[in-house]
Amino acid sequence: MNRQSIAETEKEIVEEFELFDDPVNKYEYLIDIGHQLPEMPQDLKTDANIIDGCTSRVWISAVLKDQRVYYQADSNTVITKGIIALLLRVLNGRKPAEIIDAQLDFLQKINMHNLLSEQRSNGLQSMIRRIKREAQKFIIA
Amino acid sequence: MKTQAGNNKIKSTQIQTIHPAEIRKEFPILNTQVNGKPLIYFDNAATTQKPKVVIDSITNYYRNQNANIHRGLHELSDRATQQYEQARKKTADFIHAKEKAEINFLRGTTEAINLVASAWGNQFLQQGDEIMISQMEHHSNIVPWYRICKSKGCRLKIIPLNDVGELNMETFASLLNAKTKLVSVAYISNALGLINPIQKIIDIAHQAGALVMLDAAQAVQHTKIDVQSLDCDFLAFSGHKMYAPTGIGVLYAKRAILESMQPYQSGGEMIDKVGFDEVTYNELPYKFEAGTPNICGAIALGTAIDFIQDTGMDNIQRYEHELITYASDALKTIKGLRIYGENAKNAPVISFNIEGLHHYDIGSLLNQYGIAIRTGHHCTQPLMDFFGISGTCRASFAFYNTKEEIDRMIQALNHIIKMLTK
Repeated sequence: MNRQSIAETEKEIVEEFELFDDPVNKYEYLIDIGHQLPEMPQDLKTDANIIDGCTSRVWISAVLKDQRVYYQADSNTVITKGIIALLLRVLNGRKPAEIIDAQLDFLQKINMHNLLSEQRSNGLQSMIRRIKREAQKFIIA
Repeated sequence: MKTQAGNNKIKSTQIQTIHPAEIRKEFPILNTQVNGKPLIYFDNAATTQKPKVVIDSITNYYRNQNANIHRGLHELSDRATQQYEQARKKTADFIHAKEKAEINFLRGTTEAINLVASAWGNQFLQQGDEIMISQMEHHSNIVPWYRICKSKGCRLKIIPLNDVGELNMETFASLLNAKTKLVSVAYISNALGLINPIQKIIDIAHQAGALVMLDAAQAVQHTKIDVQSLDCDFLAFSGHKMYAPTGIGVLYAKRAILESMQPYQSGGEMIDKVGFDEVTYNELPYKFEAGTPNICGAIALGTAIDFIQDTGMDNIQRYEHELITYASDALKTIKGLRIYGENAKNAPVISFNIEGLHHYDIGSLLNQYGIAIRTGHHCTQPLMDFFGISGTCRASFAFYNTKEEIDRMIQALNHIIKMLTK
């Protein structure tokens, strides 16, 4: 279970990234975070779990345990893995309704504008939509 | 470096060696900072930067000359018409066309290929006919042919590649037959920089009775083109890849072929007489330039051609060859780096991947160092399928790039590899 609120975790991430001035160092940190993403079991990397609309390949799956959602995800690119790891750090172990309501604007706030340029933000939006849709399924169920 | 002995084509007033420091002064954008670092622009195969003379030509046109061309009786219209037609003459001379009426100003290479596929294809293709392209084509030299073949019941045949990614010329010759109506290939591959043996392709295709279209989008800025000596039937290129603005491009075709073709689009400019029962079309090249054309773009293309001619294509080619050789040698020092389609005679375009790393990560990180390359499939998915990859990192150079910039890319790549493989 996640004891911090979503907003608190988001703020914590923004503060961590503020420590770096040089964009190269920010990316280096993001890549380190990506490398720490727990491995997604191969049998979950199905076509149905692929998120459409991303430049890189992204898989995601979710389970509900004690009323809370736990995601597993992976990507074939390290930078995307870093972004996924940040999203999962904020959202894993939350109630479905919390996830659906989450603003998730911390990615804008960490000031990595290249990460969120027009082309790439479409991929990010697809990722966030899919994450919320997975949470929505548990509410309907 | 001295001018090659016996090459009397280079004007005595021309610079005989490229001095990148001097050339770079002509391109204001090269002073830009990206992510706090000086911009290194290695995405020239996508579009080149513009020299001051071209930018000034655009500004000057709108400040002092803007008017609609042809049929205007006033001074400004006369001036604009003169400049526009002068640009056509410069373009004709640039590729050594027989006459300026063979130069059609369009939006770019894509529109030129679409025009031929649609206007020529609809008129001359019969069910069962064949069109031939190659496995290395840009999507813009695949999709128009795919569509016209689909609608006319024709067959699209593909020239395969050999192990290293070059056109398989033996198979090409064996694929040709009496049903082959047209062969359309890239002069230089956009993804790999390979220079195709186009003279052989033209000669062999003509022997079989097929017309030849050349996609010269990656060639006009790197090599001298002589359409008469090549004897190609169609040739297409874009202004923005040769230091001119976006939105202007050229379709060259032999007069007899253009005359035999019906118009592509219709409207003003392209007509002779219009009645509700009968319309007659204007003479070449206006027949294929419906509506108000990109007057400013064409004039600026003329300026870009002057700029290239003043620098000297031989000088450009020699310097760019130095750059690509240097880059290729330097990239090979990186462990696990594979270059695709490498050939000693390549244009200044180099495609590579690094073992275990994704091109998306490499491109995104190079950008943090202020280095602009292109990653992905480069609009050549069938070529990527041939190599069994989803994409490559492509660095493409222009004559304002330097060896120091290449060194900085290599340093950045070494740092990035460490970062990604920790």
